[in-house]
Amino acid sequence: MCGATEGGLSLDGIDVNKEAVVQGQVLRDGEPVGNAYVRLLDRTGEFTAEVPTSASGHFRFFAGDGEWTLRTLAPKADPVDHQVKAAVGSVAEVSIAI
Amino acid sequence: MTRENVLVTAQWVEDHLDDPQVVLVEVDEDTSAYDKGHIKGAIKLDWTKDLQDQVRRDAISQDQFSTLLSERGVKNDDTVVLYGGNNNWFAAYAYWYFKLYGHSDVRLMDGGRKKWELDSRELTDDAVSREATTYTASAPDLSIRAFRDEAVAAIGTKNLVDVRSPDEYAGRLMAPAHLPQEQAQRAGHIPTAANVPWSKAANDDGTFKSDDELKQIYTDAGVDWDKDTVAYCRIGERSSHTWFVLKELLGQPNVKNYDGSWTEYGSLIGVPVVLGDEKGVA
Repeated sequence: MCGATEGGLSLDGIDVNKEAVVQGQVLRDGEPVGNAYVRLLDRTGEFTAEVPTSASGHFRFFAGDGEWTLRTLAPKADPVDHQVKAAVGSVAEVSIAI
Repeated sequence: MTRENVLVTAQWVEDHLDDPQVVLVEVDEDTSAYDKGHIKGAIKLDWTKDLQDQVRRDAISQDQFSTLLSERGVKNDDTVVLYGGNNNWFAAYAYWYFKLYGHSDVRLMDGGRKKWELDSRELTDDAVSREATTYTASAPDLSIRAFRDEAVAAIGTKNLVDVRSPDEYAGRLMAPAHLPQEQAQRAGHIPTAANVPWSKAANDDGTFKSDDELKQIYTDAGVDWDKDTVAYCRIGERSSHTWFVLKELLGQPNVKNYDGSWTEYGSLIGVPVVLGDEKGVA
């Protein structure tokens, strides 16, 4: 399916043209982190959504146009913030190192 | 009302893993999460199958709740401790259900599954079976459940608390941002509803903020503590989280969860809807 990351979460059945997708992978020393939590905060810093990472460390949000912050929580790690810009019809790819 | 009667810590749960009086119940939005790992001894409730009528759009009935808990091996006098993903959204929804049907001792595990995982506590994929019981649910306590007509009647008269994210409240998003956005109904919010996202009540690790902090958050948002309150979200689970805060933690007397929430209200013909960040007028 077009738009899907190699090895990432499938976008089958999702009309990417209508979505502002923010997705990526959480890594620790280059290895996927399958027990992290990624929070999506809006432009004011307000919580919008949160997902646990998959076994391969991947996550995905359906956001809206604009600036977002990804806050990643994981066992034995400090929270990590990452800024990302999303737009309807595109997929923003993010790699997060903790 | 004290926190200890309704909320337990992850450590309390770990200390009671072998307590026969305590039944752990996991309820997740992602209904497959339990199967990948759960707290030792915990049983699973599937909110899509177990807690929704499979024909009508409604909560399950008193008889259905009795049958469900009997099959799963829960007794009326058990201490039920609920936990789950998404900062306990669906565990709070199940908590509200247990209260709706009169279970006397039900509690949430503070922080839910996330806090348990961030603490690096143990999860197992062992199968859990409990001997069937004869559970008797009480008649539904409608003092904690609002229906659509009450939501409409609350405009301008009661506290309406919309607990969705600001973008959902304003109509810029139709659903939480981890779900695809295709939906049929209208966007926006109920006029005069204050927007207090459920997440304001929780710390990053999913635990609840202190009573003083919570009281301040809702006061700042314009909640009148002398009025009755109706909380809503999109499908009634995040508003259960806020219902828990207002009713169970802060001890407000008349707080109802409108479980029909925006998916119902936003599909009604002829009701008023406000778009944008302002509350709107009655």
